[in-house]
Amino acid sequence: MSRAREQILSALQQYSENGGYRGIVKTPKEEGLSKEDRVARITQMMEAVHGEVHRLLDREWMKWINTELPKRGYKHILVGSGDIGKIVNVEAMDSLQIHSYTAEIEEWKDQLFNQVDVSITSTRGGIASTGSLVIWPTSAEPRLMYFVPPVHVALLNAEDIFESFEQMVIEQKWSKEMPTNSLLVSGPSKTADIQQVLAYGVHGPKQLVVLILG
Amino acid sequence: MKQGNTLSDRINNSLGKAQNRQNFRSAMSGLMEKRAAQFPDDEKLAKLRDRGREIRANSLRNLPYLLIELEKTLTENGIQVHWANNSFEANQIIVCLLQQNDAKSVVKGKSMVSEEIELNSFLEGHGISVLESDLGEFIIQLADETPSHIIMPAIHKTKKEIAELLHEHFPELPYTEDVDQLTQSARKILRNKFNQADAGISGVNFAVAETGTLCLVENEGNGGMSSTVPPLHIAITGIEKVVEKLADVPPLLNLLTKSATGQTITTYFNMISRPRQPGEKDGPEAVHLVLLDNGRSKIYGNSSLQEILHCIRCGSCINHCPVYVQLGGHAYGTVYPGPIGCALEPMRLGINKVGGLTSLCTLCGACEQVCPVQIPLPKLINRLRAESVLRRADYTSLIGAGSMRKPLESWGWRIWKWIYRNPAIYRVFSLIVTRTRELIPARMGRWARYRFNPKPARRTMHELAREAGFDNE
Ligand code: SF4
Ligand code: SF4
Repeated sequence: MSRAREQILSALQQYSENGGYRGIVKTPKEEGLSKEDRVARITQMMEAVHGEVHRLLDREWMKWINTELPKRGYKHILVGSGDIGKIVNVEAMDSLQIHSYTAEIEEWKDQLFNQVDVSITSTRGGIASTGSLVIWPTSAEPRLMYFVPPVHVALLNAEDIFESFEQMVIEQKWSKEMPTNSLLVSGPSKTADIQQVLAYGVHGPKQLVVLILG
Repeated sequence: MKQGNTLSDRINNSLGKAQNRQNFRSAMSGLMEKRAAQFPDDEKLAKLRDRGREIRANSLRNLPYLLIELEKTLTENGIQVHWANNSFEANQIIVCLLQQNDAKSVVKGKSMVSEEIELNSFLEGHGISVLESDLGEFIIQLADETPSHIIMPAIHKTKKEIAELLHEHFPELPYTEDVDQLTQSARKILRNKFNQADAGISGVNFAVAETGTLCLVENEGNGGMSSTVPPLHIAITGIEKVVEKLADVPPLLNLLTKSATGQTITTYFNMISRPRQPGEKDGPEAVHLVLLDNGRSKIYGNSSLQEILHCIRCGSCINHCPVYVQLGGHAYGTVYPGPIGCALEPMRLGINKVGGLTSLCTLCGACEQVCPVQIPLPKLINRLRAESVLRRADYTSLIGAGSMRKPLESWGWRIWKWIYRNPAIYRVFSLIVTRTRELIPARMGRWARYRFNPKPARRTMHELAREAGFDNE
């Protein structure tokens, strides 16, 4: 045990009361929004921060990918090894070049940083009140898919949109087991560090497209 | 401490920079408006602030136990915890970790605690290159300046200044004053560095004891990349940043982003609970947390000042302070400026060193009104003012307590107290002052440099009141 640890803790323990948890754990009442209301709210919140949102039927998303991405001039598409990756690999148009995130990052860092135009991923859910995507990266869809490519297309099931972050954390009992990394993403990467002027894509994606399914 | 040697030098210097002052004024007005728009309902805001205060108070009440729990859960998760009494120890820990991992280049996410320990210059002294990746921090790193605001470090700079700065350091990039193009240039420069960095260093906004989770709040994605791309991630935070439950995080996050920049939420909220696990394809192989004391446990021991440790570093108090808006951050000369700085820095560094900061306050109360966790900043600042001239047993062990006491001033106040306490003497005194008003010197020296010369009235208020028919009661 380090000396600093003992010194800090003993200095603190002298004065602490250890009163047990007295924080307010009760969640405030949610508004009780219907599924459609939640979709409407998340869309409104996402669009307010420059996110692009489309509502599609379940299997229409692949059609969207095949029409929209080539039209916008994107070629190098990154997918994971989950269901979405499999579908894209089979159904993508020939003009799209599909890269799958199957190797460890060290083996293809340059390619990820310099070549990929768009990543397509799933999400764990959404949060209506803040317009956020909830993401638990997995080995099938690793973390950097959400940070490095200039465009991120995320699929979100309408069923999985919660009213608030708090509601989701509590109802899904996140505290039981947190993943290696979990993320809320609300819009494209942005900064106002130059004279308070908003600019997009400073580090992460310049564009975030959310396809709400169902 | 840059930007002039004494507080009054720095103040004069700041007041003389018209462009800077205009930058601050317009930025702060914008931030105040945006914050207000996020809290349209006073009642809801009051409830939310009550919750914020209660969560932070709970964290502090149980601080040592929560730190032990945090260490346990983080360790179970595979994140190594290190403790540092002061800047020197924290820097040592970090440089050792980097050297053990043979790391020569570091990319940093935004961290005020790393400013506090002056990490960059320490690492550079050990031959390790450090790159700030937050755009604002990157800009001031290029300019070799310190942050002028805890949330927006380069707020004092105009886009023209930034354009010139980038062009000077990266002449290969075309000169532009277009903000989008400037941002894209920065993206290009910084991307390469991320790709090549040996280690990432970041701050922490909340550390969750229950689950062993480090939370990072940011808009740019540089924090996410600093903590994901390099093989080693070192996070550093003050010991007060711990919260007990994961459920404590959403309300604090809500208060933090709305108060700080008037955003409903930031673009990224990153929760890190483990290093890369077997089978995972990215993320750092090792994650470390450095817990820094640096004066905090001393403040903790002082029940009348402890509340300052509730602070979640939103910067809202700074945005609303009428003194900060005139001076900007550099005049303070400390890592944390504005109201939070006036209160925290003398506690942390000692009244003998930076006690003068307590005078940069009009006690208007704006900071307390907007503080999301209801820290009574004016009360604390006032208390520090008292401690700076008094050394009393029931006051504390604050470093430098009583060091700003001036014999002449204290005699002046003592005499005044005596006069004011004795009605007969007071009457004589006020008669003399009013009748000799013409004898007041035309220039009252330093005191009247920025103030009107005081001139007593012709007759005392008591005389006038009695004439008007009021009796002594
Ligand atoms: S009370 Fe003092 S520190 Fe707070 S906002 Fe007013 S002048 Fe600034
Ligand atoms: S003192 Fe309050 S308002 Fe100021 S930075 Fe801290 S939490 Fe924010």
